Amino acid sequence: MNHALTSAAISIAALNKWYGNFQVLKDINLVVAPGERIVICGPSGSGKSTLIRCVNRIEEHQAGSISVNGIELDESLRNLDAIRREVGMVFQHFNLFPHLTVKENCALPQILSRGKRRKEAEEFAMHFLSKVRIPEQAEKYPGQLSGGQQQRVAIARALCMSPRIMLFDEPTSALDPEMVKEVLDTMIALAEDGMTMIVVTHEMGFARKVADRVVFMEGGEIVEINEPNRFFDDPKQPRTRHFLSSIMH
Amino acid sequence: MIAALWDNRRFRNWGGQLLLLGGLAALLIWLVTNTVANLDARGIRVGFDFLSRPANFPISESVLPYDPADTFLWAYITGVGNTVAISILAIALSTALGLIVGLARRSQHPLTSGVASVFVTTVRNMPLIVHLLFWYALATTALPAPREALNPLPGVFLSLRGLYIPALELDANAAAFVGCLLASLALLVAFRRKVVSYFRLEGGGAGLLLLAVSAAFALFWAALFIPATSLSLPEYKGFNFSGGLRLSPEFAALMVGLVIYTSAFIGEIIRGGIDAVPAGQWEAGRAIGLSERHTLTHVIIPQALRIIIPPMTSQYLSTVKNTTLALAVGYPELGLVVGTVINQTGQAIESIALLLGTFLTISLAVSLFMNWYNARVALVEAR
Repeated sequence: MNHALTSAAISIAALNKWYGNFQVLKDINLVVAPGERIVICGPSGSGKSTLIRCVNRIEEHQAGSISVNGIELDESLRNLDAIRREVGMVFQHFNLFPHLTVKENCALPQILSRGKRRKEAEEFAMHFLSKVRIPEQAEKYPGQLSGGQQQRVAIARALCMSPRIMLFDEPTSALDPEMVKEVLDTMIALAEDGMTMIVVTHEMGFARKVADRVVFMEGGEIVEINEPNRFFDDPKQPRTRHFLSSIMH
Repeated sequence: MIAALWDNRRFRNWGGQLLLLGGLAALLIWLVTNTVANLDARGIRVGFDFLSRPANFPISESVLPYDPADTFLWAYITGVGNTVAISILAIALSTALGLIVGLARRSQHPLTSGVASVFVTTVRNMPLIVHLLFWYALATTALPAPREALNPLPGVFLSLRGLYIPALELDANAAAFVGCLLASLALLVAFRRKVVSYFRLEGGGAGLLLLAVSAAFALFWAALFIPATSLSLPEYKGFNFSGGLRLSPEFAALMVGLVIYTSAFIGEIIRGGIDAVPAGQWEAGRAIGLSERHTLTHVIIPQALRIIIPPMTSQYLSTVKNTTLALAVGYPELGLVVGTVINQTGQAIESIALLLGTFLTISLAVSLFMNWYNARVALVEAR
C-alpha cells in the first residue's frame, strides 16, 4: 500500500470525523491509485457514505488529511475548487435539477463554471447522454423519467465536467430492482474506459466483477481491504465474514 | 311521504341550497329597501352624477396632476394613481429588502443571521400603524427646520418639510424621447428570445444588440424632434424651498414604514422557500463544481420560487391593502381621498362602492399576474 503520494489519485490519511460527540470516521487510511476501482461496503451507519462525501467536501472532516491528484484539501477555496473539478459525484437520490431539462442539467454547469458557450456545452452534453444511452430523453424533465434513466442522466451530468475521478454514493439503492442493471452496466462501461472510481454499494456482483479492491467498513473503521475474490471467498476478518453471511442469503 | 322526502339525499342537498339562496336574497332585498327608504328620508340622491361636479378640495401631493377645480372623478383617479404608485414602489422595494433579509437569516455567519433575526422579530411583531407613526414622528420632529436644512449633497436638502432633490424637467419632446427609449427597450426585452434565436446570438451578444437597437431608436427620435431638458434645483427662498422634486415627510414615513414592515414578512417567506429546497440540490451543485452563488441563483432560487410565490401573492395583496393605513400619516392615497369625497358630497354608498371596486380590481390583477407567474415556474412532473 505504499504508493508514492504524488502518483496517487486519492490519498486519505488518519482521517477522523465527528457528528457532535459521535465519531463517524476513525483513523481512515486509504490510497487509491489512478485508474483503480474501489468498492466500499459495510452495514448502514458504518461511515462509508460519509467517507466518500469527505473527498470533495460535501462533508467536512475534523482531523487528518485528504489529497486528490496531489491537491491538498485544506482551507484554500482555490484547492477546493480544483478538487471538485477533478472529482465527479453520483448520489443515491440522483439530485438532478428538476426545473431544468435533461440536456440543460448537463449543459448548465459547463456554461456556468467552465465558461463554455451554450452550443458547445449542449454538444458535449449530447455526447455523454448518448454514452449512457438516453439521447432521446434530452428535452424531457427529470420528473418525466424513470429512476434508472434519472441516475444515468446524473452520471452523464457528472461526466460532462470531465472529471478524472468518479464517486458513487449507493447509486442503485433508490432504484426499483429492474432498473439496477441498466445503471450498473453504465458504470461497468465507465470502468472499462479506465475511470478512477470509488463506489459505495451493496451490489456484490458488481464488486466481484469490477473492483480492483473491496473495502469493508464497520463502525467508522476500515475493517478489511482485499482483492475481490479473496474478499468474498476467503475474508480475513470474522466481522467481514459475518457481514457477508448476512447479505448473501 | 314527507318522511320519504326528508330521507332523500338529492332533496336534502337541493333543499339546503335553496333555503340558503332564499335567505340571502331576502337579506339583500331588506338591505336595499331599507337603505333607499333612509336615503329618501334624508333627501340624499343616489347616483354617480356627483362625479362630474368640481371637487373643490385640495390633494396635498399626487403622482397625477390635480387641481381643486378638477372634478370628483379626477380627484378619485388621482387617489387611485397615488395608491397604485405607492403599492408598486412598496412591493418592489420590500421584495428587494426582503431578499436581503431572507438570505441574511440563512447566513452561516452568526452576526449576520443574528442581526437579521432580531430585525424580523422586532419588525414583524409591531403593528404597521405603529411603524408609520414612528417614522412620521421621526420625519417631522427629528429633522432640522427648513432654514437649517441638511445639505449632504449639492441640490439635496433634508428638513422637516421633507426631502428636496434636483428634478429633471422634460418638455413634451423630451418626454416622448424617454418614453420611446423605454418602450423600445421593453419591447425588445419582451421578445428577447425571438430576437436572440432569429439572429443566432449567444449570451452577452444579445444584451448588447438590445442596447444598440434601443439607442438607435432613441437617437433617431432625438434627431427628428429636438428634446429640451432642464435641471430644476431646489433652493431656499423666503420661508420655503422652491424648485426641484419634493418627497414629503408623509410619503417618506409611509414608504419607510411600509417597506420595512413588509420586508420582514417577505424575508421569512423567502427564507422558508429556500429552506424547503432539498439539501441534495446544494450538494449536487457543489459536487459538480458550481460556486455557492451560481448554486443559489441557478439551482436553489428557481426551485424555491414555486414555494415562495403563493404566500408572496398574499403578502403583495396585503401590502396593497395596507397602503390605506397611509391616512394615519395623512398621505392622500385612495382611502383618504374617498373619505374626503364622502365628507364633501354625502355620497357614501357610491364612494365606498368605488373604493371596493378599485381595490378588488387591483387585487385581482395582482393575483392574476402571480398565478400566471406561478404556472410558469411550476415543475414538470411525471405524466
